[in-house]
Amino acid sequence: MSSETKQILTTDGIPLEVSLKKAEKKNKIKAFLLVAPLLLFLIITYIFPIGEMFTRSIDDKMITNMLPKTFKEMESWDGKELPPEAVFSAFYYDYKSLVEKQEHGKLGQRLNKEKNGFNSTTKRLFRNIKRKKIDESISIKEQMIKVHPNWNKVEYWQAIKRTAPPYTLAKYLKGMDMYYAPDGSIVQVDEDRRIHRILWLRTLEIAFFVTLFCFLMGYPIAHLLATLPMKYSNLLMICVLLPFWTSLLVRTASWMILLQQQGVVNDFFVMIGLVADDNRPEMMYNKVGTYVAMTQILLPFMVLPLYSVMKTISPSLMRAGKSLGGTPFVAFWKVYFPLTIPGIGAGCLLVFILAIGYYITPALVGGASGTLISNQIAFHMKQTLDWSFASAMGLMLLTGVLVIYWIYNKLVGVDNIKLG
Amino acid sequence: MSKNPEFVKFDKVDKSYDGKVLVVKDLQLDIAEGEFITMLGPSGSGKTTCLMMLAGFETPTHGEILLDGNIISNIPPHKRGIGMVFQNYALFPHMTVYENLAFPLRVRKVEKDEIDKKVDKALSMVSLSGFETRMPAQLSGGQQQRVAVARALVFDPAVVLMDEPLGALDKNLRESMQYEIKHIHESIGVTVVYVTHDQSEALTMSNRIAVFNDGKVQQLSNPAELYEKPVNSFVAEFIGENNTFNGEVVDIAKDKCKVKLANSEILANPISVKSKGEKTTVSLRPERALINPTDKMDNMFTGKIEEVIYHGDHTRVRLNLLGSSEFILKVPNSTSNLELKVSQDINIGWNSVDARALDPK
Repeated sequence: MSSETKQILTTDGIPLEVSLKKAEKKNKIKAFLLVAPLLLFLIITYIFPIGEMFTRSIDDKMITNMLPKTFKEMESWDGKELPPEAVFSAFYYDYKSLVEKQEHGKLGQRLNKEKNGFNSTTKRLFRNIKRKKIDESISIKEQMIKVHPNWNKVEYWQAIKRTAPPYTLAKYLKGMDMYYAPDGSIVQVDEDRRIHRILWLRTLEIAFFVTLFCFLMGYPIAHLLATLPMKYSNLLMICVLLPFWTSLLVRTASWMILLQQQGVVNDFFVMIGLVADDNRPEMMYNKVGTYVAMTQILLPFMVLPLYSVMKTISPSLMRAGKSLGGTPFVAFWKVYFPLTIPGIGAGCLLVFILAIGYYITPALVGGASGTLISNQIAFHMKQTLDWSFASAMGLMLLTGVLVIYWIYNKLVGVDNIKLG
Repeated sequence: MSKNPEFVKFDKVDKSYDGKVLVVKDLQLDIAEGEFITMLGPSGSGKTTCLMMLAGFETPTHGEILLDGNIISNIPPHKRGIGMVFQNYALFPHMTVYENLAFPLRVRKVEKDEIDKKVDKALSMVSLSGFETRMPAQLSGGQQQRVAVARALVFDPAVVLMDEPLGALDKNLRESMQYEIKHIHESIGVTVVYVTHDQSEALTMSNRIAVFNDGKVQQLSNPAELYEKPVNSFVAEFIGENNTFNGEVVDIAKDKCKVKLANSEILANPISVKSKGEKTTVSLRPERALINPTDKMDNMFTGKIEEVIYHGDHTRVRLNLLGSSEFILKVPNSTSNLELKVSQDINIGWNSVDARALDPK
């Protein structure tokens, strides 16, 4: 049939498709102009910062720019033995010009991160340059080794060479508790220092269980909301939304009041004789606190998508299931539950993604064992000021979320999501 | 085969939702095995509540419901073995047609071969063979309806309940489905309890009709009797069209009474009036009044045409007669049609036996 299709012409003789496009062009432009502000906003506030984060996370140009001559000479150095005189003198002149620009301190700090001892090594060179003790007419190599014996060690020169490429994945490796060994291979850090891996796993674990708890608690609530008569369901809806309208900080703080060792919950346990007064359980500054507070805070994100899906399920379907001979459980499991899967998917995805990047609540009630990866990111943003490492971990988190989204799409299909 | 005349029995059933108002009042209703009975009534008359009590989704506040001699008030819906067709079909949207039909069989742990056979049979009964793999959303309204009927019948229930199943279909489809359901009922002999507010649907399909109003059965009889011999003015009004005269009985004999209207008197058939002086509403079917009657009829009057409405197969004429301007006549559109013009005077006549003097409105 399609082979028979002829081009249809309008009465003016213009092909129908062309005239249709023409007619719709105006609408398309209008639609585009309407979304343009949002698009611009997204580019400025989302796409651009992510790009910026990415370049920052792999950027390692600082030393590359500080030691241009050195790296040029190092190209011909095999890196196995002490470099030749040319490299030494190139480094000396590079360093001297840094001293003139008073940027030598930064170099020392940066190199010290690569290899301990560099700070003092370069400082001594700096003092000798200041006092003009280096004679540029004779071998600089020998004079530098005299200034500090470290210059005679090949590891230090290897460390400098490692910083040559303008881009590095070192921050990402660090995020996974790995680093570049002196010979350039990737190795894991010692077992007792693998803090990031623990944090990643804990983040996944907490996000998973918070999602599970939210689902277990949210499903019956959403069902009640969808089936109760209007006057009760409105009240219940307000109860669900009320915490939503309260500041996150206030809610977290109130959990602190409730959960602390001298707090309301513990007092109650002691009162009913569940625990001894001198043996109050710690429910805060550990995982328990994180679980409790995050579940409560994220619950509406589970309830609302579930509710919006359940609202559309006709109550006669359950009745039909029962009248056809299914027990209430069978009618629920075979008829009602499959129809709520789009809501379950949406709710779980939403809660999981929010939980995986949660920050304030775990920071306040999580203590040492209840903090998540985002707390670590914040720590590097604010305390160590290692923004490139924070960026790298942020991007790793984003990638993780995208992977989860992709898996979800493969399993359930994103088209099946219903957010309301 | 002897059929149980009390296969389904409502025994003095009351139902109240809020403890203040009775939705169903003292319902006494026997349904015979294999019967097609329709519960007909305006919305809020309690008919759907009765159906839901029979299905097990509502419990009677008082009284018992018996199925084949057994009290079922305490049996949960899934153990009653009653098929049900819902108003909006209630097909499971995530299952294919086959899975929908297999559902009641699977929960009964029927063998796979047996399921295939029964589903096949049920689908061919509603002429939908070959639609097994379709999803309900891929079917038209009429097809969905048929699947719903097939699903309610596939597990051979003793009783099938239908709750306004044709409400969502368009007029033509509704009529053809009415015949289809009627034929299915005739061919398999299942007991059907059908709920509708559409009187023509009820008249077309049922063996008997129970007219509900205000929580009570107003009349329970076969379609012809219901239409021809309504026992009270609600039924007369609700079933078919109706011309009414309000008046007072001034003379009464065995099969005739004289009713005094505002400024004239008519003869009527005393149904629910017993003595002189009672108020009454006289009901007369539009098609029982004739224009220019040739026979000697005992009610003869002259009226003035107020409006003529063409309806295709017949013409409706609104008259000003005996002080009421709402008197309707139905004139068939035959070749010997009369010239009917507005503000023309015509003679109207009817027999007193067709004018039923009922309870006053």
